Amino acid sequence: MADAPKMEFSRRGFLKGAGITAASTVIESANALARDAKDGLSGPQAVGPDAIPIKLRINGQEHAVTVEPRYTLAQTLRDNLEMTGTKVVCDRGSCSACTVWIDKTPALACMTLAVDAVGREITTIEGLSHGETMHPVQAAFVKHDAMQCGFCTPGMVMSCAALLERNPNPKLSDVKHAVSGNLCRCGTYPKVFAATLDAAQQRGQIADLVTLNTGTERYDGA
Amino acid sequence: MAPETMLQEAQDKSTTKGAQTVARPKGDGVKRDSQTPSTPSKPGPGMRSDSFVFGIPQNGLEHIEREVPVSEPPPLPQNSELTYVGKPTVRYDGPAKATGKGKYTADVHLPGMLYARMVDATIPHGRIVSIDTSAAEKLPGVRAVHVIEHVYGVSELRDPKLETPSRYPIVRYAGQPIAGIAATTQQIADDAAKLVKVQYDTMPFVVERNAARSPDAPVVFPGPADAAGSAGGGGGPKDVPQKGNVHGPQRRLKGDPEKGFADADAVVEAEYFTQVQTHSALETHGFVVDWKPEEVTVYASTQGTSSVRNEFADVFKLPKSKVRVITEYMGGGFGAKFGAGNEGVVAANLSRKANAPVRLMLDRRQEHIVSNRPDSHQKLKIGAKRDGTLTAIQLTSYGTAGVGTGAGTAGPATNLYKCDNLLTEEYDVFINAGPGAAFRAPGHPQGCFAFEQAIDELAVKLKMDPLVLRDKIDESPARRVERQVILERTNWRNRREAGADSGPIKRGMGIAQSVWYRFVNMNSSCEVRVSRDGSVELMSAVQDLGTGTKTILAQIVGEEFGIPPAQVVVRIGDTRYPIGPDSGGSITAGSITPAVRNAAYQARQQLFAAVAPALGTTADNLAMQGGRVVLKNDAGKSYTLKQVTAKLPTDEISARATRAPEYSKDRLTYGGVDYVELAVDTETGRVHIEKVFGAHDCGRPINPTGVISQINGGILQGISYALFEQRIMDPKAGYMLNANLENYKILGAREVPEIEIALVENYIAQSSTDAAGIGESAGIITLAAAIGNAFYNATGVRIRKIPMTPANVLAALGKAQPEVEA
Ligand code: FES
Ligand code: FES
Repeated sequence: MADAPKMEFSRRGFLKGAGITAASTVIESANALARDAKDGLSGPQAVGPDAIPIKLRINGQEHAVTVEPRYTLAQTLRDNLEMTGTKVVCDRGSCSACTVWIDKTPALACMTLAVDAVGREITTIEGLSHGETMHPVQAAFVKHDAMQCGFCTPGMVMSCAALLERNPNPKLSDVKHAVSGNLCRCGTYPKVFAATLDAAQQRGQIADLVTLNTGTERYDGA
Repeated sequence: MAPETMLQEAQDKSTTKGAQTVARPKGDGVKRDSQTPSTPSKPGPGMRSDSFVFGIPQNGLEHIEREVPVSEPPPLPQNSELTYVGKPTVRYDGPAKATGKGKYTADVHLPGMLYARMVDATIPHGRIVSIDTSAAEKLPGVRAVHVIEHVYGVSELRDPKLETPSRYPIVRYAGQPIAGIAATTQQIADDAAKLVKVQYDTMPFVVERNAARSPDAPVVFPGPADAAGSAGGGGGPKDVPQKGNVHGPQRRLKGDPEKGFADADAVVEAEYFTQVQTHSALETHGFVVDWKPEEVTVYASTQGTSSVRNEFADVFKLPKSKVRVITEYMGGGFGAKFGAGNEGVVAANLSRKANAPVRLMLDRRQEHIVSNRPDSHQKLKIGAKRDGTLTAIQLTSYGTAGVGTGAGTAGPATNLYKCDNLLTEEYDVFINAGPGAAFRAPGHPQGCFAFEQAIDELAVKLKMDPLVLRDKIDESPARRVERQVILERTNWRNRREAGADSGPIKRGMGIAQSVWYRFVNMNSSCEVRVSRDGSVELMSAVQDLGTGTKTILAQIVGEEFGIPPAQVVVRIGDTRYPIGPDSGGSITAGSITPAVRNAAYQARQQLFAAVAPALGTTADNLAMQGGRVVLKNDAGKSYTLKQVTAKLPTDEISARATRAPEYSKDRLTYGGVDYVELAVDTETGRVHIEKVFGAHDCGRPINPTGVISQINGGILQGISYALFEQRIMDPKAGYMLNANLENYKILGAREVPEIEIALVENYIAQSSTDAAGIGESAGIITLAAAIGNAFYNATGVRIRKIPMTPANVLAALGKAQPEVEA
C-alpha cells in the first residue's frame, strides 16, 4: 500500500491542492463559484498557477499583494499581510472564526479566494476599532467578559457587529441566530449574548465607559 | 501525571515529583474539606503564628491560627474588606482579544519564517517499509524535510525486544506523525506533504474498545506497554498486568465490600457507557521554533511553558538555559497541550535543518487525532442502609485511550462520599487510535456520569429526596452550602414524580455533584518591580490559557500597592521570567497567586524601607490604606504611590518570591453542585436543556467575573459532552470518520440554556491568597450526570449511555435500536 490518499477531501482542498497541475481550470471554477454567489469577476479568465499581483481594499486601504490564485482571503490576510486578527480554525467553513465583512456582509475568509475579493470592500477585526476607540460591540465584549481564550472572539465580534448593522434592536434569539455558526470551545456564549444586547442598547456610549479596572457584573457570591 | 492517577497511587502522604508537591486527599475517600482548625503550638524557628479568616460565610466565618514562615505577608481579610481582590474585574487582555491584537502562536511571524506541515500515517497499523521524500524535496520552495525517529506521547513496550527492530516507528494509529516539511509558504508545505511516498506493510488492527477486549483481537502492542503522563495528566498505572489489549486492572480495595453489600438494605447495580471526546481547542497544537546555536526560541500554544522547556531540553540534550519558551496568548488547551509534542520536536528539527524559524500548526484533522478523553464502559454497584448510609461501592471500568493509557474513572466513586467498603478495578484497553490525554478533570465526567446517577437511583429506591440523601452521605461543608443555595434559588421544591408529564414532551430536573482536588505546584515564582515613576510590573513564566491568569495576578499586585489592576503591567508566558507552574488540574491560581502576592508585598516593604527616611519616618510606620500610603501615627498624612516612589534612592527596586508551602497539611477538595431543567421530546428523541444552575466553590475567588466565565464554559462543555460529541471510528478502514468540526458536533449558540451561577467563598487558610483553580470542577464533571438524573425525572427512564443523541434517547425509551454498538 503506497502513497495512500489523504483521508479527507473537500472541494476547496481540491481547488487548493490541484493548483500544482491544473490551476487554470481551477481559476475558472473559482470564478464560476463567485458568479454563482454574486457577480464576481467579469468572466472566465485563466490565471495562475503562478502568483499574480492583486489589489485588495481592506479597512478602507488599498493593499497590493502577490498571491497564487488558490490562496484564500484568510490566508492572504494572515500570512501575506500579517493581519492576524482574523483566525483560521477549521479552514473549511464550519466554525466562522474567520468571519470578515465583504461589502458589509459577513463572509468566511477561509471559503473566499483572495482573487475573488478583488474590487470588494473588505472589513476585518482590525478595521472595526479606530485607534484606541473600540467599536461598541468590542467594548461590550470587554465589559461583559465575552471571551476566554479569545480565539473565537474576532469572528464572534464580526458576526455580532454585523447583526447590529442590519438590526439595531435585536432580541436574544436574533443574537443566537447571528452567532449560530460561530463555535466557541471555551463556552463563552452567554456573555456574548449579553454583550451584544448591551451594545445594541447603549450604542456609541460603551466605548467611553470601558476602562480596564471597572467591573460591572453582578457577583453572586456571599 | 494525571491528578486522577495521583489519587490512585500510594495514599496518605504528599508525593513529591521533582519540586512539585501535590497535596493529595486521602485515598480512603474520607478526608475532605477539612474544617478542623488545628491548635497551634509555639512557632518554630523562622515561623510565626497568625490568625487567618476561615470557613464559609454562609456558615459564619471564624478565625484560625496557623504557623507560617515569618517572611509571609500578613493574612488577607475576607473579600468584602478588600479593594481589588474578589471584585469583578475586567479581563486584563480583554481589549487585545476583542480587537484581534493578541498574538497567538498561530499568528507569530518572524523574519524569514518557514511554514510547515506534518505528514501522518494513512493506515491504522503496520510497519513503514520506506519513506520517499525526494519528490517533496524537489518542489521549489521546500527548505527542509524531517522524518520522525521516535513518536512521543504514546505507550511504549516494557520490553522493546518483543518487536522486530524497524528503521521507522511502527504505525499504531491512522494519523500517527511520520514526517514534517518546511517551505516558504503554507501551500508549498501542504503540496509537498502530499508528495511524500510512504510504503507500508500493513498489520491487522482494531479500533473499537469492545472488539479489542476479545482474546482473538489483533494486538496493538505485542506485549505489555505503558504511557508516561504529561504535566497535565494522562498516562495510566504502570506495573499492572496486561493480557492482549487489556492493560490492568489498577485495583483498590478498602474494607470488605462483600460484607458491605450483605449489610445493605438497598443495592443498585448497572452498566454505563461514555464515548470518546476530542479536545477541539480552537487553536490547534503548534509551535514556532527559531533554532539558533546560542539559543532556541520556542513560541508554543501550550499550557505549560516550563513543560515545553523541560521537554525541549530533554529531547535535544540542551541545557535549559538555552531554551526560551514564549506563550503570550493561547487558543485553548483543556489538558491536551503540554510538553514538546511530536509537532514541537519536528518543528525544531526543521528549523535546525533549514536554519530559519519554522511555524508548524496541526491542521484540524490532526488536532482531532492528537488527543482525546478516553471512553468508558463501567459496571457500578452501590449498597446503602435505609437511612442512606453507604455500605459498599464496587466499580469495574474499561476504557480506551487509544495507544495511550489513563482511562480510569474511579475518582468520584472513591472521593465523593464516605463509604468504608470499596473496590475499584480500572482497565485500559488499547486500540489503534490516537492517544488519550488529560482533558478537563481526567476520568471524572465519565465516573460522575455513572456514580451520580447511581446515587440518584439509590435515592429513588430509598424513597429519599436526592438532595436529602446527599446531605446524609456528603461530608463536604462547601457542597452542603451549595445544595442549600440550589434548594433556595431553583425550582427544586416543585420537583414532581418521575415521568409526570403525559404528553410527548416531558420535563424534569436533576442535580449532580463534583469533586476535585487541591494540587499545588511549587515551581511557582514571580518578580515584582517598582520604578521611581510609580510604575509596577510583575513577571512570571506562568501562562494564561484564557482562564484569566493575567487578570488575577494584576489584581493581587494592585491590592498590595493600592493601584487599579489595569495599571499593573503583567508580563507572563516567557521562561526568561521566574518559573511558573504548568496549568493542569486547576493548579495555577492556587500555586502562583501566593508567590505573586509575596513578591508584591516584599517589594512594597522594600519600597517603604527605602523611602521612609525621605518621608521623615520609619518603614514600620508606613502602611497602605484605601489606595494611599499613610503614616500610621499621623492619620492626616497620606501620599499617592507615585509621590512615594519619587523618593526612591535608586531607579528601581524589585523582589522575587517563590511559592511557600501550604500552611497546613490538610488535604482539601473542591466541588460543585449543578442543577438542570430539561425537556425530552419522546417522539424525536431530542433533549433540550432549558436551565442550569451551578453552585461552586474555589477557595477565595480572586476575580468572580473570570470564575463565572470558566464555570459557564465547563457547564457548556459538559452539555456538549452529554448530548453531542462523539468520535466515530470506521471499524473497516480504521480511522476517525469525523475528524473535523462539521461532523464532530460541539455545542453551538442555539443549544445554550439559561445559566445562573452562585459562587461560594471558602476560606481555607492555606496560603497568602487562599486562591484555587476552578477549571476542573466547573461543570464539566457533573453535567452529563445531572442531565441523566433530570432525564429520569422527566421520563421515568434511566439513560446510561452518552452522547444522548436522538437515536440513543429513543433506544433508552425502548423506541429504537441503539445507534452505535457500545
Ligand atoms: S476557519 Fe473559516 S469557517 Fe472555520
Ligand atoms: S473564547 Fe476560547 S474559543 Fe471562544
